[in-house]
Amino acid sequence: MKNLLNGIFGRVPPGKTTAAVAKERLQIIVTHERGGRHRSPDYLPALKKELLEVVRKYVPVDPSQIKVHLDREGDCEILELNITLPDEEQRLAVR
Amino acid sequence: MIVVTSGKGGVGKTTTSASFAAGLAQRGYRTVVIDFDVGLRNLDLIMGCERRVVYDFINVINNEANLNQALIRDKRVENLYILPASQTRDKDALTKDGVERILNELRQNFEYIVCDSPAGIERGALMALYFADEALVVTNPEVSSVRDSDRILGILSSRSRRAEQGEVSIKEHLVLARYDAERAHRGDMLTVDDVLEILGISLLGVIPESSAVLQSSNAGVPVILEEGSDAGAAYGDLVDRFLGKSLPHRFVTVQKKGLLKRLFGGN
Repeated sequence: MKNLLNGIFGRVPPGKTTAAVAKERLQIIVTHERGGRHRSPDYLPALKKELLEVVRKYVPVDPSQIKVHLDREGDCEILELNITLPDEEQRLAVR
Repeated sequence: MIVVTSGKGGVGKTTTSASFAAGLAQRGYRTVVIDFDVGLRNLDLIMGCERRVVYDFINVINNEANLNQALIRDKRVENLYILPASQTRDKDALTKDGVERILNELRQNFEYIVCDSPAGIERGALMALYFADEALVVTNPEVSSVRDSDRILGILSSRSRRAEQGEVSIKEHLVLARYDAERAHRGDMLTVDDVLEILGISLLGVIPESSAVLQSSNAGVPVILEEGSDAGAAYGDLVDRFLGKSLPHRFVTVQKKGLLKRLFGGN
């Protein structure tokens, strides 16, 4: 009834409002983009820290030189670990 | 430390930063607001102190000036200071170590540090949000702004210091600016609830579309200081809510116009 009255008085255009279209489009694109951006699990920072400690027992690496990445390909999760070892000169300087 | 961010440009970050900082200072908190938009500074203009800029944020990072030389004390509101961005350097001058050092120094003297982020998701924007404890995400009820805000929320939860160190995540607040309750009611504009449903964060304030915002920027006065303006009142409520008061949201429903107004127009 309300819709009918609104329709008669021309307050809401017939069919979907543009705002409703906007909301629907946004929900789709935002869900899609969130899926693509993998929220990394909680343990990653701790894992990164402990890995770094182990590596540093043997090689003096800078904390910024370790990268941990978790990727998803379908059902498969790939944990990628990237540690840049310092070159010989820097290593000697640290010692 | 609070970052004011949005992803998209022109949605009201600087307006919000200026009014939010001025509101906190008005309520007695020592507050500094920092412009992170290196190369395109504008906070100084909105705050009306553009002619008093001598040294800037980058000068302090590079030890070419100390903080006391660069901080500009607001002439209207006690406890309010502005740290302008550099107009001449490029954004690479913002180093993580440099920014951290300055923020730590400011923390000694200020209760609130408000960081006005540049648009985009490049270095300046990332630096502005990296050290944040809380974030004001400024959004307009419009598709591109909402989408960009969602991207910024993703960055807040993955690329901030808190995220990297596995600490409690940044507290995110939505500031819905340029809202027109009447157009939302007609179905021409996303409603407050639509935006909340999509972004899924808590609402700190709704700022109505208002001629007062442009007028106060013309004059270089944060709109919160314009007494009797609708946007100023909305920012006042927003600051009170941030400080823990529970206030109903204004400007979200259509004001019923009286018969005379309806017949003869007017606002």
